Amino acid sequence: MISFTQVHKRYPGGYEALKGISFDIAEGEMVFLTGHSGAGKSTLLKLIAAIERPNSGSVLVNSQNVGALSGGALPYLRRNLGIIFQDHKLLFDRSVFDNVLLPLQICGFDHRESGKRVRAALDKVGLLKREKTNPIALSGGERQRLCIARAIVNRPAILLADEPTGNLDAAYAQEIMAIFKSFHQVGVTLLISTHDVSVLQDSGVRRLTLKEGVLQ
Amino acid sequence: MTRALALHLGVLRAALRRMFASKLGGLLNILVIGIALSLPAGMYALLQNAQGLVAQLSGTPQISLFLATDAQADDIDALRKQLAAHPAVHGAEFVARERALEQLKQSTGLADVIVGLEKNPLPDAFVVSPKQGNAQALDILRGELAQLPGVELAQLDSAWAYKLEALLEFGHLAVLILAVLLSLALVAVTFNTIRLQILTQRDEIEVSRLIGATDGFIRRPFLYFGAMQGLLGGIMAWAIVTASLLLLNRPLGELSQLYASQFVLHPLSFGDSLSLLLFSLYLGWLGAWLSVARHLSQIEPR
Repeated sequence: MISFTQVHKRYPGGYEALKGISFDIAEGEMVFLTGHSGAGKSTLLKLIAAIERPNSGSVLVNSQNVGALSGGALPYLRRNLGIIFQDHKLLFDRSVFDNVLLPLQICGFDHRESGKRVRAALDKVGLLKREKTNPIALSGGERQRLCIARAIVNRPAILLADEPTGNLDAAYAQEIMAIFKSFHQVGVTLLISTHDVSVLQDSGVRRLTLKEGVLQ
Repeated sequence: MTRALALHLGVLRAALRRMFASKLGGLLNILVIGIALSLPAGMYALLQNAQGLVAQLSGTPQISLFLATDAQADDIDALRKQLAAHPAVHGAEFVARERALEQLKQSTGLADVIVGLEKNPLPDAFVVSPKQGNAQALDILRGELAQLPGVELAQLDSAWAYKLEALLEFGHLAVLILAVLLSLALVAVTFNTIRLQILTQRDEIEVSRLIGATDGFIRRPFLYFGAMQGLLGGIMAWAIVTASLLLLNRPLGELSQLYASQFVLHPLSFGDSLSLLLFSLYLGWLGAWLSVARHLSQIEPR
């Protein structure tokens, strides 16, 4: 589903974030990406969504070479991905409901159908009762869950999460991990980055560990 | 098809909602556009009216031949025959001096003055309609007719109308220049409005890009906004012009009565009104398009 081959990423200014990364993630697999902050986790996720492009090597998503995609094809790649951003990127000029509605509007969903889908997604993350609230009034954990709802409303085959448990206390973090596991059970491919190893101790899931731009 | 239509209508609704969300700002923009467009549109309407007046007055160019006040019936008959035989003359109507006086009495309200006259000061006259209407041929014909025996004065009735027409031509050019300049102003106003909108909606644009919005999707609401703002500005301009013409009609009616004529200003015709609205809509769209093309590429997700 996702395949990296000898991927190098150097930022303007010379900082080398990734140095020759290669790995494969199969369809339906759930993988954790760990490492200290600055190890290149965010860069790796950005390469998958073509927010950044590799300097060399190839990034394949669904056997499409993402690094070589034209600007016009980019939106259609991203519609197949659900992305949970480290900084949430929620919109505070609209309600919780409308935040989750946005991906469906972008894809041109029918009005009635999209209402159902938004409520289903909000229900999944336990925010159904707060659909009319402005996200500014939500707690950190709730915002994180809202971000998840927006990422899954489109029912993407691949879910990318950048530090989803970043600033949350252990109880919240466990809650969010439980949500991810339920997606895994229905066949979604997940790649979750975290610097917080404690949340994974019990799980037997695969781990990719980055250190200074190299896979351990 | 209906789904695509519903989507576009949704974007249009959102654009209108956004416009009326900032009531004062939106209204001011529409007012600025309306006033800017009303200047050339109003001048154009005035020119159209003046042109209508000229056409009405000089529609069929005529040459008046005034005879000497002491002309006899024989002279008149002879002249009538000569005119009928002239190759460039289409027809000639004889206006007897008594009839001319009667007309003058009726149409100008100078009846009191005329009654007080000792004798009729008006000469007999022929009103000649020529076959050809262009200015040069008319001038030649007028010269020929002036030479005929018994003719005291040959006058081209529409000479002043031709001069006025040339003046109107000049006016049209002035309106055109004004229209071009103010159209540029409209495009600039829209350009700037959309630029500010893009800046305030930076987050939305960035997030939309990240979750798979095409450029078309991001561009559409701004283009619709620009087009709507232009259209509403056009409607405002139309309203300003129409109201001004109606307002001018009252004093103008009194004025024209003094000159014994009835002249009213007509509002913009249906075709002209439609052109004004479509043109302003297009200019708004163009300003938005230029702004979007210039500014959207600067917002790249990080």
